[in-house]
Amino acid sequence: MSRTHVSAVINGEPTDFLCEPQQTLLDVLRDELNLTGSKEGCGSGDCGACSVILDGRLVCSCLMLGVEAEGHTIQTIEGLATGSTLHPVQQKFLEHAALQCGFCTPGLLVATKALLDRNPNPTETEARYWLAGNLCRCTGYDKVIRAVMDAAAVMRGEKSA
Amino acid sequence: MPKVVLSGTAVRRFTGGQTELEVKATTFRRLVLELDQRFPGLGRQVEDGMAIAIDGTIYQDAYNAPLGAESEIYLIPRIAGG
Amino acid sequence: MTFIEKKSKLKVVGTRPIRPDGVEKVTGRAAFGADLAMPGMVFGKVKRSPHAHAKILSIKTEKAQALKGVLAIATTADFPNIPSEEAFVGEGPVNFRDLSRNCMARDKALYDGHAVAAVAATSEAIANAALDLIEVEYQVLPHVIDVEAAMAPDAPLLHDDLFTQGVDPKPTKPSNVAKRVHFELGDVKAGFREAEVLVEGTYATQPVHQAYIEPHACVASWNADGQSHVWTSSQGQFMVRAYCAKLLAMPIANLRVTPAEIGGGFGGKTLVYLEPVALVLSRKAGRPVKMVMSREEEFRGTGPTSGAVVEVKLGAKKDGRITAAQAVLKYQAGAFPGSPIGPGCMTGFAMYDLKNVDITGYDVVSNRPKVAAYRAPGAPIASFAVESAMDELARKLGMDPIALREKNAARDGTKAAYGPTLKDIGYVETLEAAKNHPHYKTKLGPNQGRGVASGFWFNIGGESSAAVHITEDGTVAVVSGNPDIGGSRASLAMMAAEVLGIPVERVRPVVGDTSSIGYSFMTGGSRVTFATGMATVQAAENVVEQLKKRAAMIWEISADAVEWRDGKAYPAGSNAGDFEPLSLEAIAAKSAKTGGPIGSEISINAQGAGPGFGTHICDVEVDKETGYVKILRYTAVQDVGRAIHPSYVEGQVQGGVAQGIGWALNEEYVYDAKGRLENPGFLDYRVPVASDLPMIEAVLVEVPNPKHPFGARGVGEVPIVPPMAAVANAIRDAIGIRMPSLPMSPPKLRAAIDKAAK
Repeated sequence: MSRTHVSAVINGEPTDFLCEPQQTLLDVLRDELNLTGSKEGCGSGDCGACSVILDGRLVCSCLMLGVEAEGHTIQTIEGLATGSTLHPVQQKFLEHAALQCGFCTPGLLVATKALLDRNPNPTETEARYWLAGNLCRCTGYDKVIRAVMDAAAVMRGEKSA
Repeated sequence: MPKVVLSGTAVRRFTGGQTELEVKATTFRRLVLELDQRFPGLGRQVEDGMAIAIDGTIYQDAYNAPLGAESEIYLIPRIAGG
Repeated sequence: MTFIEKKSKLKVVGTRPIRPDGVEKVTGRAAFGADLAMPGMVFGKVKRSPHAHAKILSIKTEKAQALKGVLAIATTADFPNIPSEEAFVGEGPVNFRDLSRNCMARDKALYDGHAVAAVAATSEAIANAALDLIEVEYQVLPHVIDVEAAMAPDAPLLHDDLFTQGVDPKPTKPSNVAKRVHFELGDVKAGFREAEVLVEGTYATQPVHQAYIEPHACVASWNADGQSHVWTSSQGQFMVRAYCAKLLAMPIANLRVTPAEIGGGFGGKTLVYLEPVALVLSRKAGRPVKMVMSREEEFRGTGPTSGAVVEVKLGAKKDGRITAAQAVLKYQAGAFPGSPIGPGCMTGFAMYDLKNVDITGYDVVSNRPKVAAYRAPGAPIASFAVESAMDELARKLGMDPIALREKNAARDGTKAAYGPTLKDIGYVETLEAAKNHPHYKTKLGPNQGRGVASGFWFNIGGESSAAVHITEDGTVAVVSGNPDIGGSRASLAMMAAEVLGIPVERVRPVVGDTSSIGYSFMTGGSRVTFATGMATVQAAENVVEQLKKRAAMIWEISADAVEWRDGKAYPAGSNAGDFEPLSLEAIAAKSAKTGGPIGSEISINAQGAGPGFGTHICDVEVDKETGYVKILRYTAVQDVGRAIHPSYVEGQVQGGVAQGIGWALNEEYVYDAKGRLENPGFLDYRVPVASDLPMIEAVLVEVPNPKHPFGARGVGEVPIVPPMAAVANAIRDAIGIRMPSLPMSPPKLRAAIDKAAK
């Protein structure tokens, strides 16, 4: 199976990789680039554990082929923190205990960032519907939503971190 | 002498339907040995497949669990969880 | 070791520090089952039966073996033929022969998805292609899935050597009924004669899957001398070690199992599926083998809980006192015996003080995956039936549902329906708290309704090991043997910090592999904070004794003249001497000189786990046109003993409620006429999403469990027990229709609404 050379920008860094035609972007991130933070929960775009941000848009990386990343900008969970400084959404998830097993957490965090980039002042309902594509089996979503609303307030400058 | 009640049925086939037994044993370990002596095979079944509730406290795998003469003693199916 | 401090004196226990493994999890660094890569690693895949019931006549692997990149193929021939042996090494009685045949079918495929062969190849794509080249010849047999159909005398039989246990005289003909259990108290016939009001109902549930978001995943490395290493996402590394050793006839110490971080379990990861297969492939290929299940494989090939039929009959006096309670429970076990029928029978009526009870249960095999444990196994099904019946009883009596339960509540000293006396329990407290909660008083609108339901779970103790080590700079390492599925690691660090009297940030917990810490029974049964917590506290107390001895040595006084307080050694009283207190750091710095490393490892078999009770209030709104049920508000009250880390206790309650709501409203296994699963994916197996649920208020009531040093009792399982009935009772309240069958999905609501309108 011949492999294609792909160039993309991943978490702000120009990145090159080789991949086979049938490999998804998720496969590439995890198996070729060792970015194992994005997870496979279903492989069919139903659980959101593989969420990444592609050119500013939230997508399931399991639904995209690696070759399709050519020329695009991708942000994964590994790019959320700045060096050792956590992003407000990461910090708030910790403070609110918005994770238990932590498997869906990367996807939820990326999806939350995508939400707040687009709508810095979501209502609880808007947050719930936006995050409906991220399945969590542990938390019942209560503390997740609280963390999202709190992070939004911090990012709007309405309260200190 | 302690009185032991067998709860649930799986073990009653060993005792011919009897569910309440008076025993001499003073610990769970001795109970298992005594039951096996009186009803061959029952001891192993109790040891492996059941828990013992002594005065309301449930013990699983506790040879030393003491059986008092006046204790309320029930043998119930083992409990696990998920 | 009982020292239940007054809450006000506790400095760490009861607070909400950030969990020690949290940053790893929010940055994507934490390593889960599929995240490990080993040098030389290849990939394993499983071939699965497309038939619900079939004899396997032959398996031809030559074409697959010839495919470039295929390194090994495994079938039943590669597994020892284990004799039937009932043992209790794990969750419920385990028959290792059945477990072996579940991991790899022997002569029959017993469900759609049953593993029949496996391949290891240099890439996943090649492994998948090889699966298609394996030729399996099946003789398709008639199948049966539904529990009552499987009990019928002319039902297709799964096992010709299965004779119903618990029936007298012993049957001569094989059956799909593996076991009959029976519990009784008092005289139920007399009780019904005494009754002034009777309620009867038959309730049905469908199989539901634990649906942890992380699929099963492992890497197995078999070395030429038989020593092996397995990295796996599991609820119990020691269980994986024991089961693999048993199934593959290898000495236990030859196998080292490292627990990965686990992405959810809920009982579904308390047994093995891939690990023995991966080890066999690794042995044959001479390379480490990684195996990860797809979501479809999870649904088709791993154990959901039972589908069931439960008949309940209640008799009561007009004042609400229940005079008799009777139930017949029929649970699917899946392909091999072992449904949670025992606990199902024992928990249904456990909330009530009853004099006359009669409970019969049946464990029934049928052609669907072997049942695996799912959070309070057996109890949610039984409670759905009993708590729905209680609701009907309350209506018939014209009584408030909480008042009816208070009238019959089990209290300290009540004899449980399954026998033993209940002690130090908090059921009544949960009813009180529910009754007095503002939720219970709010007004409802049209097509809105409120339901109440209660639940019970035993919680267990069991074998646990933990170690507390003082490092050279006085910070502390805690090692335990239990995978952390809900924040237990944080709680263990907190308990150790409390005993040592130091800030929790100076105590760092890890989960050890099977060679690095003593044996621990798996994480499940709501036992870790209780049992492993107990071991941790004992280890920390031992360390405190050692610290006092070392201080005594430094001060040259007697060890019993030393006190330990707030992380420091103090002379006990002015007679002991005028010494400045010695901090943990100061003593640690001198540890080599005063006797060596300071630490303690404790292994115990913890007894005295206290049972838990919950009472839930659920408000719904029913859209009669679409049959859609919206959860408006949910309050879950639970007796938690003592919340070590309240946020994680609340999290357990909220998570259990969410699963119960999914079970109530949407989740089910849908089979076609050939017995094949039609919805093996998250699109059509509908678990609750964020937009389905409101905030879930968890009210923690604390009636301490005197058997735990801090009063903790298990909390993880109780919350999934009440929701199905709470939702059903709310729907009944909203639109006057009793839904006796789960899930209460829109098509079923619509059909019921149409029927009622006629």
